[in-house]
Amino acid sequence: MFEPVLTRGIDRDLTRIENYVAQGGFTALTKAVRELTPQQVVEEVTRSNLRGRGGAGFPAGRKWGFLPQDGRPRYLACNADEGEPGTFKDHLLIDRNPFLLLEGIAIACYAIGAHHAFIYIRGEFLTGARILEASIAAARSRGYLGERILGGDFSLEVTVHRGAGSYECGEETALLESLEGKRGNPRLKPPFPAVAGAYGMPTVINNVETLCCVPSIVERGAAWFAGIGPAGSPGPKLFAVSGLVRRPGNYELPMGTTLRELIFQHAGGLREGRRFKAVLPGGSSSPALVEEHLDTPLDFDSVARAGSMFGSGAVMVLDDSVCMVRAAWRLAEFYRDESCGKCTPCREGTYWITAVLERLEAGGGREEDPALLEHLAGQIGTRTFCPLGDAAIGFLLSSLKYFPEEYAAHLRGETCRREVAS
Amino acid sequence: MREALMAHARDVLTRYPDPNSAMLPLLYLVQEADGWVSPAGLEEVASFLGVAPAVAESVASFYTLLQKRPVGRYVLQVCTNLSCSLLGAEHLLDHLGRKLGIGPGETTPDGLFTLQSVECLAECGQAPVLQVNLDFHSGLTPEKVDALLNALRKEAEQDV
Repeated sequence: MFEPVLTRGIDRDLTRIENYVAQGGFTALTKAVRELTPQQVVEEVTRSNLRGRGGAGFPAGRKWGFLPQDGRPRYLACNADEGEPGTFKDHLLIDRNPFLLLEGIAIACYAIGAHHAFIYIRGEFLTGARILEASIAAARSRGYLGERILGGDFSLEVTVHRGAGSYECGEETALLESLEGKRGNPRLKPPFPAVAGAYGMPTVINNVETLCCVPSIVERGAAWFAGIGPAGSPGPKLFAVSGLVRRPGNYELPMGTTLRELIFQHAGGLREGRRFKAVLPGGSSSPALVEEHLDTPLDFDSVARAGSMFGSGAVMVLDDSVCMVRAAWRLAEFYRDESCGKCTPCREGTYWITAVLERLEAGGGREEDPALLEHLAGQIGTRTFCPLGDAAIGFLLSSLKYFPEEYAAHLRGETCRREVAS
Repeated sequence: MREALMAHARDVLTRYPDPNSAMLPLLYLVQEADGWVSPAGLEEVASFLGVAPAVAESVASFYTLLQKRPVGRYVLQVCTNLSCSLLGAEHLLDHLGRKLGIGPGETTPDGLFTLQSVECLAECGQAPVLQVNLDFHSGLTPEKVDALLNALRKEAEQDV
């Protein structure tokens, strides 16, 4: 029987430090700084096979191990930008379990030898930023942060840095640019942030949920964590379910839970009289999957094999009332507006994709438009500095693949209802 | 930098290894004081950090939460991304526009409301959602939006 890890006790107001401590909070940090060497913590997290929950799925322990041992200061940046449409899991963790995040940050910094961490939080989470500021002050007053943590040699400052409205800043190098006070344009890699990140120094960037997994790994061991869900991408996971289901919301379940179980059991299935049409399994950047994929386990490898992307675990459900062309147009506008403009294929390509979808939607589509959309997408994919370009074409291409008849209907002048769903 | 903001600005600098990181916090600071990031505010931040005003403007122009024009007392930011649109956000935006007599990007003549259409606010489980001066309001219906507007108008009247 799976017991929640990330949301355990979340109804007992865990923004109060005494409630967090009462349920065993900061036990893992205490164990780490008093009983384990930094190297042992890195090894434990590596053995747990914790993979990054921000979307890329890179093994967290290996990321920590990349930092060069050259005596320069190093930093941790916690990615709390949560901009991927459909994703609202970090929002929950920040607002309602802030000390779990801070404990994870402190352990991660101890492991990598960082004495300054930055929480890059999207500007819209003003409430969350205030909760984090208050939580940092509370943790500091009890000796869990600040100078000589728990009386030992390890010290850590945590700075909350608010973004100001930019999807692109969730990309790790754009995030660093933004942290440094610049426009959020991505950097060319290499050098990777592990070598030259924030302020040119070795930097680890981890997602909120990734860091929230760390305390339980230290406390209960890598084997316990690795035993939850599939071996290739184990652990607890917050699935953010949105769209046309009866009970949208966050569900903490083991990695590897199938789409069918998540949608039809936990989220209550579709609304009265509606049929399942498609699902974006990993946020707006993930290609849609259809009915034949419903038994796909939700983990990095299985979703990739099904032809999509696990991403951040944001499951957006579409029923038979949804117009796929209009949905593609709405998302195209989003990527067009959020493209930072640095790479020509993305800046120009997202503009033209949006224009073509708009004319299809308005009833002025041309016979060649579906092929033109595929061509445009092909000119963007893999040709940009950062993943935004690929993100912008995922849903579009899947809609052309699985629902060509809807594009054909638009060409025949049978335009949809002029709204995404009815 | 005006005297009233100086102490806060100096405190911001202590949080970072590099003073340039204070750019966004300082732009927020002048926006909180003035309601928007005016050309004078940009110059103020730039001179405090010792950079050209164009640098501050370049940064400010990148970020949507930094208002480059004066806005109303209440900035209504309606999410119209996919999860919210699936549950009626487009209607909600139209409804708000009709109620306020303005379109997205505009401010009511009394200076009370600015309406903006924004992208995903990471609250999709309770779609459709909007923010009023960055406070979340979720699970919206036209009726709830009407009640919200009334409550905000009442609040504004009581403050006068």
